[in-house]
Formats: sequence, C-alpha cells, structure tokens
Amino acid sequence: MKPRSLVSIDDLTTGEITKILSLAAEFEENPVQDILRGKVVATLFFEPSTRTRLSFESAVNKLGGKVIGFTDSASSSVTKGETLNDTIRTVNNYVDLIVMRHPIEGSARYASEISTVPVINAGDGANQHPTQTLLDLYSILKTQGTLDNLNICLVGDLKYGRTVHSLLMAMSRWKTSFNFVAPEELMMPDEYKLYLRNLGLDYYETPDLNEVINMADIIYMTRVQRERFSDPMEYEKVKNAYVLHDHMLSDTKPGMKILHPLPRVNEISTDVDANAKAYYFEQALNGVYTRQAIICTLLGLK
Amino acid sequence: MKNVNDPKQLLVSAIESGTVIDHIPASTLFKVIKILRLDRIQNQITFGTNLESKTDGKKAIIKIAGKFFEDDDINRIALVAPNAKLNIIRDYKVIEKRVVEVPDTINAIAKCMNPKCITNFEKVTTRFRVVSKKPVALKCLYCEKITDQERLEII
Repeated sequence: MKPRSLVSIDDLTTGEITKILSLAAEFEENPVQDILRGKVVATLFFEPSTRTRLSFESAVNKLGGKVIGFTDSASSSVTKGETLNDTIRTVNNYVDLIVMRHPIEGSARYASEISTVPVINAGDGANQHPTQTLLDLYSILKTQGTLDNLNICLVGDLKYGRTVHSLLMAMSRWKTSFNFVAPEELMMPDEYKLYLRNLGLDYYETPDLNEVINMADIIYMTRVQRERFSDPMEYEKVKNAYVLHDHMLSDTKPGMKILHPLPRVNEISTDVDANAKAYYFEQALNGVYTRQAIICTLLGLK
Repeated sequence: MKNVNDPKQLLVSAIESGTVIDHIPASTLFKVIKILRLDRIQNQITFGTNLESKTDGKKAIIKIAGKFFEDDDINRIALVAPNAKLNIIRDYKVIEKRVVEVPDTINAIAKCMNPKCITNFEKVTTRFRVVSKKPVALKCLYCEKITDQERLEII
C-alpha cells in the first residue's frame, strides 16, 4: 500500500485539516512526548531553508525521534550527479518518513510516488509548501478562535508569493473575505480572483494598506522584492508603501494579529514587535506543533 | 463491390479491413503517427498528406490495415487532431464512424511547458488532468502549472 504523503494542501480534506489543527493544539499543551521513539526522519534539503528545517527537526526531537539528512545539495550525492529517483529509493530504506525541500517544481509529488515511506513537502520551488499553510491556519484559528467569517488582509507580493496563494486557497474553504494590498505590478493573479468569484467569496483590491487595515482580523505581510520589478524606478516608488509601522495599528481591531512567513527584512518595522498584535514569532513556534501533528498523522501514530 | 469512400480518399489506396483516420490537419500528421506509435507496428499503413479538404484546408489521412483502436488510445490524438474522424472498415465497407474526444487525463504524450518542472529534469512520465477541452488546457500533476494549446508540445 502507498504510504500517505503530504505534497499539496489540496491533498487534505477540510475534515483532515481540522483534525491536524486540533492535534496541533494537543501538542501545544504537551509538546514533549515519546511518540517517535525508535523512528528516524530524514530531512533532505536540496536547497537551504534553515528555518523550515530547524522547525521540523525540533518537532521530531521533542517527540523522541531521530533526524538524519543534509542541509543543501552541495553536501549530498546530487553533486555527483545522482538523480532524485535514486536518492529517494536509497534514503527510504533508512528512515520512517522523509521531509524534502527541493528547488524543482513537482519534485515532491514525484518523490512521494517513488518512496515507500511518507514524504512531506517542505517546499518544491515556487509550487507548494503545505506545512507553512497549515501552521498559518493554526495561527489564525488559535488567535481568532474560528476560521469562519474572518477578514484576511494579504499584503505585499501577491503575484509571485507561493505562501499567500496557498493560504488563499486554504482559507477559501471557510467563509472568508479578502483584502489584497499590493503594488500594480504584484497584484493577485486573475486565476485566484476567478476562483474566489466562483465560490461567491468577497475580495477587494487596493494599493493602499491604510484603506483596509482597520477591517482586518489578520494582516498577512510578505516581502516586496526588488528583483520582481521589471522597472527599478517602480520599485523605488512603492518600496516604502508596503512597510508596516506601529503607528498604523492604533485603530485596528483589538483582536487583530499580524502574520509573516519570515524571514522578515524591512516590511515590518521593528517598532511593531512590541505590539501585542505582532504574532509572527509565535507563528513560527506554532510551526513546531503543527509539524508534530502532521508527522504523527502521516505515520498513523495519532 | 461499391466503395463508400469518396474518390479523393482513393488517392490513398483502399483497405480491406482496418481503420481510416481522416480530417487530420496536415501540419500534425507526424504527431498523430508518433502518438499512436504507428512507426513501431508491423501493419500495412498508407498515408496521404497535403490533400485538399473543403472544410479543413490541407488535411492528411492515414489508413492502417488490420488495426482497430480502443477509445482510450485513439482519443489521445484529439490533442493535435481535434476534428479527426475514424472510419472502421471491414470487407471494404465502413461499418462504423467515430469522432475523437479529448480524454480527462493525458499521460505520457504531452510535455509540461514549465521549464522548472521535474518532468523536464528527470525521466518522469508526464501526467496531466484536462482542465479545459476546447481550447485544450492541461494541468500538470507534478508542478500543478497549466500547459495550454499554444504551448502544447508532443513528446
């Protein structure tokens, strides 16, 4: 029988998502357990992503499992020309579960077809990063008490941002209204807007964060990167328009929380960090509980 | 015995029994041959191309003696010859006419247009879900990107 893998958030039913989130809450109550004793997890990072890797390794270690793996392809047999097929066929003999990050899109689906143990996609190029989406959902649920009837404000690079696309698709399973705040060049692609329209969900687009900030239950910040602009002048014009400062938060909803997938560069001013509405570091901690829940679910241990 | 084929089709000799695939765009004849792997079978095959057609401009026709296709096989050519018509021949008579229809999934014949897709890096059989039949749009099961009619390439 094929093991159950997690490649794309669409692989999960809404019921399964809800189950993982409530399991994550259990792990938050009781994060150190012996569930994974005797289990070995591989973290195969064909490109570096320190934060994601450490989060997975922390999740496994707290549950008594062991981790083996590599941190970038330079320290793996890829440099000798080994195919992904051969790497997976070899490594799945050593471990009970594979966590994989790879720059090539679709590599995780392919690995999951080959592997005899579950594969968790920790990012395949610009395609999917489902554990990020699940930890975002967990953070939203935990801070708002529900996933229903929320106003989610997505800010920054909405055109190329894998994280915001996955979050949009996931949140569209509940009754969510969206505000999209982005410069002209980085607006939400039409396919996602069409998707929401077909579901009868509301969205509103604006280049001005101040226009919608006070409606938000969640502000999800992403970075506007210089290299995304064809015209450097355009970047210079907009770069400061998508930076969140503490003074902008004074009239926002009391329960509003600010999320960010991290790493942050300058899109959230450090004066926001002390505000009770800043939630991005707690969000990173939630990633550990969520990943504990995902690993145990795929291994059938909970 | 009276032949039911029109005289133009007789530019390519009639077959006693087998399949005639008509109304193939002349420009995609060789893609059809490739998709159906006609270059690898031993049956007698005759084909004509750049034939005048009242409806299609330049068309091509293939006659394969002693060969009958399953729907799943023949529908694969709908990607490149959406208006193709099949005549099933027995004893020099057309006993059945069929049209092709784009199937719901396309495996192993189309190339994913995303240069960063795993199928363009390793020996992975391409697999697509058909998200639109006219015009054709294919969603890669690996990278989840859409390959549309314009960028469709047959492997």
